[in-house]
Amino acid sequence: MGIVSPGFRRRRRDDDVELPPGQYLTQDFPVLSAGPTPNIPLDRWQFTISSEIGQEYQWTWDELLELPAEEPTVDIHCVTKWSKLGTTWRGVSLDLLMEEVETTADYALVHCYGGYTTNLPLEDLLDGKAWVVYEYEGSELAPQHGGPARLLVPHLYFWKSAKWVRGIQLQEFDEPGFWESVGYHNYGDPWREERYAGD
Amino acid sequence: MNARLEWRVAKLSGVHHETATARTLQLDVPGWPGHLPGQHVDVRLTDEDGYSTQRSYSLAAPADGDRIELTVQRVKDGEVSEYLTDTFSVGDPVELRGPVGGWFVWHPSRTAPVLLVAGGSGIVPLMAMVRARRQARSRAPFRLLYSVRSPSDQFYASELRRLARDDGGLDVATLYTRSVPTGVMRPPRRIGVADLEMYGWPPQFEPTCFVCGPTGFVEKVANSLVGLGHDPRRIRTERFGPTGG
Amino acid sequence: MTQDYQDGNALAGPLAELFTVDVTAATGRCVSCGHTGRVADLRVYAQAPGWVARCPGCEHVMLRLVRSPDAAWLDLQGTLSLRVPLPPA
Repeated sequence: MGIVSPGFRRRRRDDDVELPPGQYLTQDFPVLSAGPTPNIPLDRWQFTISSEIGQEYQWTWDELLELPAEEPTVDIHCVTKWSKLGTTWRGVSLDLLMEEVETTADYALVHCYGGYTTNLPLEDLLDGKAWVVYEYEGSELAPQHGGPARLLVPHLYFWKSAKWVRGIQLQEFDEPGFWESVGYHNYGDPWREERYAGD
Repeated sequence: MNARLEWRVAKLSGVHHETATARTLQLDVPGWPGHLPGQHVDVRLTDEDGYSTQRSYSLAAPADGDRIELTVQRVKDGEVSEYLTDTFSVGDPVELRGPVGGWFVWHPSRTAPVLLVAGGSGIVPLMAMVRARRQARSRAPFRLLYSVRSPSDQFYASELRRLARDDGGLDVATLYTRSVPTGVMRPPRRIGVADLEMYGWPPQFEPTCFVCGPTGFVEKVANSLVGLGHDPRRIRTERFGPTGG
Repeated sequence: MTQDYQDGNALAGPLAELFTVDVTAATGRCVSCGHTGRVADLRVYAQAPGWVARCPGCEHVMLRLVRSPDAAWLDLQGTLSLRVPLPPA
């Protein structure tokens, strides 16, 4: 860790709330991206869950919007150390999307428009812990924040909440995603500060 | 040969304002190994809680012993540039590492013609080349096209006027995009192919071209230069991205 | 088109922690489209948990670099080869 720069303060802070270790609070919503923002026409948008035996379950944009929606209000924690509290989203619970899916797989690899991937245990997508969301704070999800739809898995670091989500591949084995394969922690629990492989 | 890079502690020894929102920082860096014009440094800031962030800044001038100069433009909501232009005071320490970058550099021993095209604060590494040329008493023919919003946004204005007058072989054209000073005939507009033709070198002279500025500016100028017949292998570019803060 | 990237010059510092040659002056070949160009001309997305450098021809990821407090991870599976200029032996 470097020397302290006299008078340097990160922008905006609030010391009264409990945050995961090493995190600081932000009021704005930083945009992180590992590539260009994909342009996804809604009439071509599709969301696909593929089981470990190759069975596919698909939803078009209209079909997704017809499903019963939830409005989770959650705290989000980015591995680059900002946290944002009380964010409200609207979307479909993964429990609902997984209802008809026949699987005994233990792992999920999330695929996105633009090529990004992230991996997590399937159980972390179930029991009210994850959503495919298409609204943020009452407005349609902006492209730079993952619109038309992104995954929301707020109990893990936010790189797991993949932007521009396209589908989920269910697998019997665990396969590291984009950041997990190049030094980031395979699971990423912010409360245990699992930032890097080996943490 | 370079050694592997490490963070060093520099001390701010002087500042002067270039514009209302940009200032030049003079930093003393014990053991500074010297650098080539066009190279940059990474600057790292850390707060009391251990939050740390870093940015790259171009070196603005040849080194004077252990003393180096950076010119920093304040960027809206840019926590690093706001600190460096407003808070950072003479005597304060700061961490930096460098010099780095071996591609966007001009070697003062080169004699081929040079075309420099700057957009806004992209002038900084190109000014380092102009200053290094003078310091080395180089006779390499230089042409600088400096695209800038208005006279009050210009960096190094009086020095560039003086250098253009006194240094044989250096031509400077300042191209305004929003408002022009009185007496300037060219109406304010973005840099175009006609400007590159009028104020640059013809491709037959085979100049080395250095283009620095915001991403859109650099793409446009580099494409225009290729369109005019300049060999893409002689065009070197440096783009300021979203992390310019 | 959004221009939310820097160029490969921004990799000079992070890579100089690992290598004594300047990798930004090296010429790389893209696995995906075969585009050949300087590392300095790659499109670098640095507003991310690491540095992601993409091919200016096809946007394929050519290089990824992650820096933790005590290690660096470098991934070059998108780069078929790197030609590094060296002084004459």
